[in-house]
Amino acid sequence: MPFNQKNLLGIQYLSPDEIITILDTAESFLEISKREVKKVPTLRGKTVVNLFFEASTRTRSSFELAAKRLSADIVNFNLNSSSVIKGESLKDTVLNLAAMNTDAIIVRHSCAGVPHFMSTFCKSSIINAGDGFHEHPTQALLDAFTIRERKKSFEGLKTVIIGDVLHSRVARSNIFLLKKMGANVVLIAPPPLLPPEFKSLGVNIDFNFERGIEDADVIMMLRIQLERQQRNFFPSIREYRNLYQLTKKRFARAKKNAIIMHPGPINRDVEISADLADSVKSVILKQVENGIAIRMAILYLLLGGKDRETTN
Amino acid sequence: MKLLIKNGRVIDPYSKIDDTLDILIDKGKIADIKSRIETEVPKIIDASRLVVAPGFIDMHTHLREPGQEYKETLRTGSLAAAKGGFSSIACMPNTNPVNDNQGVTEYIVSESKKKAVVNILPIAAITKGQKGEELTDMADLTNSGAVAFSDDGHPVQNSQIMRRALEYSKLLDSLIIDHCEDINLSCDGVMNEGYYSYLFGLKGIPASSEETMVARNIILAEKADARIHIAHLSVKGSAERIRIAKSKNIKVSSEVTPHHLFLIDSDLESYDTNLKVNPPLRSKDDVQSLIKALKDGTIDVFATDHAPHTIDEKSIEFDNAPFGINGLETAVPLFLDKLVNKNIISLQRFIQMSSTTPAKLLGLENKGKICIGADADFTILNLNKKIVVDINQFQSKSRNNPFHGWKLKGVPVMTIVGGKIVFPFS
Repeated sequence: MPFNQKNLLGIQYLSPDEIITILDTAESFLEISKREVKKVPTLRGKTVVNLFFEASTRTRSSFELAAKRLSADIVNFNLNSSSVIKGESLKDTVLNLAAMNTDAIIVRHSCAGVPHFMSTFCKSSIINAGDGFHEHPTQALLDAFTIRERKKSFEGLKTVIIGDVLHSRVARSNIFLLKKMGANVVLIAPPPLLPPEFKSLGVNIDFNFERGIEDADVIMMLRIQLERQQRNFFPSIREYRNLYQLTKKRFARAKKNAIIMHPGPINRDVEISADLADSVKSVILKQVENGIAIRMAILYLLLGGKDRETTN
Repeated sequence: MKLLIKNGRVIDPYSKIDDTLDILIDKGKIADIKSRIETEVPKIIDASRLVVAPGFIDMHTHLREPGQEYKETLRTGSLAAAKGGFSSIACMPNTNPVNDNQGVTEYIVSESKKKAVVNILPIAAITKGQKGEELTDMADLTNSGAVAFSDDGHPVQNSQIMRRALEYSKLLDSLIIDHCEDINLSCDGVMNEGYYSYLFGLKGIPASSEETMVARNIILAEKADARIHIAHLSVKGSAERIRIAKSKNIKVSSEVTPHHLFLIDSDLESYDTNLKVNPPLRSKDDVQSLIKALKDGTIDVFATDHAPHTIDEKSIEFDNAPFGINGLETAVPLFLDKLVNKNIISLQRFIQMSSTTPAKLLGLENKGKICIGADADFTILNLNKKIVVDINQFQSKSRNNPFHGWKLKGVPVMTIVGGKIVFPFS
């Protein structure tokens, strides 16, 4: 199946076939990271830029390692978006980078739509590494890859996503992907973080953790941020923990072979009890490992595809 | 100088005229209206197959002078207005400095006389510095030429202040205009809150942020027995509350913009910052309610909320881009094409909402009517002429208009202000 996208702006814009192509491609790259010499010459001569306007360790290093293992040259730019607002505009920054003949720009920004905006004027491929509350497509892809390793098929799989759904790009990208692949999705959060309009995305919503987690195959926890409490989305972290922390007791209501996922970084003993995070049911570190293969696949499909010239 | 407009279809809702008539203009006033006027004049306008309406009045514009002349000036704003078919425009006080004192009001009045090609009517701030704390000297400002009061984009949050402003406005028979927004509810929102804000990952501005303030204002206006004008109506709930208030004879009026009628929240899929406006583009359901409110008279006037911003200011992250749509040059063609030509409202009603009612609300006794002795302000329309909107042809200094490329039928072809043809430009 050919992959004819120039950019990776979000899961929303991918077909199920394209998602399968990405996952299958990642499958073939998985083994490279286990070699003694973790490098292939596939993208030699390509230049990739990590343009991060928001703090990130995991995603940024994952992209960096993915590029390096494919022999691409990668440059890191870590910019504070507020200082950029005062000085050079985002558009000028990106135009300057593109003028250096970069092949791909991987961007993370606190404002939704920035990758779309960049794609309107930039000739390099744009890869969305997280835009505001909107999308984080490579996270959803690596999550899907990890689920597929354990569950073989998405069809009818009960996936629950628990936490700050309203402000989560990880949740959105996962919802889009899981729905496209035929899974059932249940969102669980306190009502202010879970507006009823989410149901129009084809998911079920539940405010009650005990009820919502019943018979789940996959449990995705989201990081809860203190800032949400300051804005009164819920009264206190203490109360949040009491109602929405993944504990052994709550986990017991899921299916026996259920897996626990978390995009990281985790707040131990806030959204997830420490013992569960470290348990055999947790695939949290597996997600991180698979992230490199997924990002190698994305870079390969966007930059290495043979008929690239004709598909622009 | 005398001017004769011949053979036009003259429509004046004020005097209930809709007939083929000749109009003689002398010394900036309407001198005669008859089915056939034969007299020697230096210039005759042949208005055959054209509609001659009383000059259109836009109650809601931002002209940026003084302070932000790089976006727009009194001159460029007035040229955009003339081209767009407006003979008079009222300008909001969010200039720099704020129009909260006689100095700024008088500056706008005197500079406009020198530079502008249409009538410019300043709207002064309700509170000093638009801070919502202390009333401006409303009587002085009225004497200097302020036609209404509004804190516009920095709406009065304190209900006690709004109550006092409404009460005091009765002394001057002035109009209080409110941009209805509870700023705690809208918070840092950038688009309509709902399915699409969740889908696009953008922070939402709930309908309740407008509706609660509309409800508050109606309650305060009823108690004060004062006039309140609701700016740029955008949600269903507001329209319903105004409809009920009108049935109880509360002195509430309202306006609607082209963008709130012809664009919706799902259009933001492109993250095009030219669609970022406050109040935000709302849902399909809201638009249907606005159309209903337009037809049943709940909405009284059309306004543009012309808000010019430069290309660079808009070419940034959606969250950080300024709110506002540049609207003077596209409003009339949009209304003619989308409402009049599609028989949603009649041509007479359109003219009433564009001229008669704004003149009445702003207390402009000699405008908004075609009567002997009235000001010779006219908007002449060609209902069959087609255009393609091209922002590069704008008279406005700015280009932030989302209707670029739209094909529209029905355009203003001539604007006359005080007996002088200001558009087409000579």
